[in-house]
Amino acid sequence: MNKERTVKIVLVAVIGVVTALGAVPLYRHRHSTMPVIAGPGVTKVIKLSDYAPTLKGTMGDIDVFVMEGKEPGGKAFLMSDTHANEPAGLLALMALVENAVVDKGTLYVALTFNASGSRNTKPGDGYPLYFDIPTEWGQVRFRFGNRDASPLDQWPDPDVYIHYPERQALSYVDGRNTNRTWPGRPNGLLMERVTFAAMELMRKEKVDVAMDFHGAETMFPVTNCIVAPQKSAKIATMASMTVKAMEGFDNHVEPSPGNFRGLSHREIGDYADTLPFLMEAPIPFLDQPTGPKTVKLLIDGKDDFLLSLSKKKKLFVSYDETGWPMDKRVGQHASVALEILKQFSKKNPERSIKLSGFPRYAEIVQNGIGKYFHDPAKADPKSVYFE
Amino acid sequence: MPVITIFYYLITAFIVGMLGWNFWHEKKSVNDMILYLLVIVPLLLRILRVK
Repeated sequence: MNKERTVKIVLVAVIGVVTALGAVPLYRHRHSTMPVIAGPGVTKVIKLSDYAPTLKGTMGDIDVFVMEGKEPGGKAFLMSDTHANEPAGLLALMALVENAVVDKGTLYVALTFNASGSRNTKPGDGYPLYFDIPTEWGQVRFRFGNRDASPLDQWPDPDVYIHYPERQALSYVDGRNTNRTWPGRPNGLLMERVTFAAMELMRKEKVDVAMDFHGAETMFPVTNCIVAPQKSAKIATMASMTVKAMEGFDNHVEPSPGNFRGLSHREIGDYADTLPFLMEAPIPFLDQPTGPKTVKLLIDGKDDFLLSLSKKKKLFVSYDETGWPMDKRVGQHASVALEILKQFSKKNPERSIKLSGFPRYAEIVQNGIGKYFHDPAKADPKSVYFE
Repeated sequence: MPVITIFYYLITAFIVGMLGWNFWHEKKSVNDMILYLLVIVPLLLRILRVK
């Protein structure tokens, strides 16, 4: 064998091994699952594809936990992991599914709304692939994903993403962003099919309220807030004022811009009779000028660069040495969601939604969100779902 | 599969073919051989549809 051929064989072998070593953690992450226990309030678990058959068998087809009350009432659709790198909403809704009981009305809960995004990552930013939440019985491991669906599930990207049906030109990557593809279409891009299925669920089940749980940078003006269109603004304002007065945390209201298309807080209200709300909790991990993107930063939200910027009044939220811990963010989501349901129920008593067993802000901050997760090893196997 | 996706797969296959041809015919520069291999990896994975 001549020298040139030997060199080529060695190079192919070395690059093949390096590629395989790099691929194994990503493969495991993509194929890992998170156990969720359907708690006492879950009456059935359906698939999103029940409302859009073109989603069946794809990465976009997810479980929807249905929590029906003894009394009929209003209906709410709650979703987390629209952006899977903003996990406070996922933790809040998982605590809801595992603990809450609906007394009146019905909740539809989609934990990993962008399932493909929750199996994606952002290697250029050095994202961790998982994070752990301590509980009384051990650690619960969660996948940490990315803002956009994986190109393994939706490819190729267009040069410019043309929103359907408004035809607004958006960034090419927004075709994989489930907060730009609302209201979707049955035979469009995979993420358009995901949002279309959710729209069909809301239209067919006559859902009154939709909540989309997010996180936003401390340097981004639309943070620590409820984003609401005009039709949801009164309820959002009442919820904002009540949590400030009764629970002592800020969560202002931002108007949903009428000319920015594809967002849940815009299109759900425009293409269904549902009142949409999008909740943003500050997440320092997403800010650009931070130290390394570690699990510690994700959990405690403490960063010296942000602290320095806060002293120069460059942030849109208060920020001190305590950072913005995960429990605080999850607690805010929980209390704001409960308050929105309460305010909606006050205005619409015949369509009211009442639930119990879901902790509020102070309880989550005091106990830690891990207290509300149950051990899947001790649960009835029939009640354990893998997301 | 949409027509545009089929075209993208064909383009990818063409580029893989060109890179493979260049790698095979490169006689001297080890640096270029490594570069061809590095560039070909994601394209090859796409064609093989490895997820």
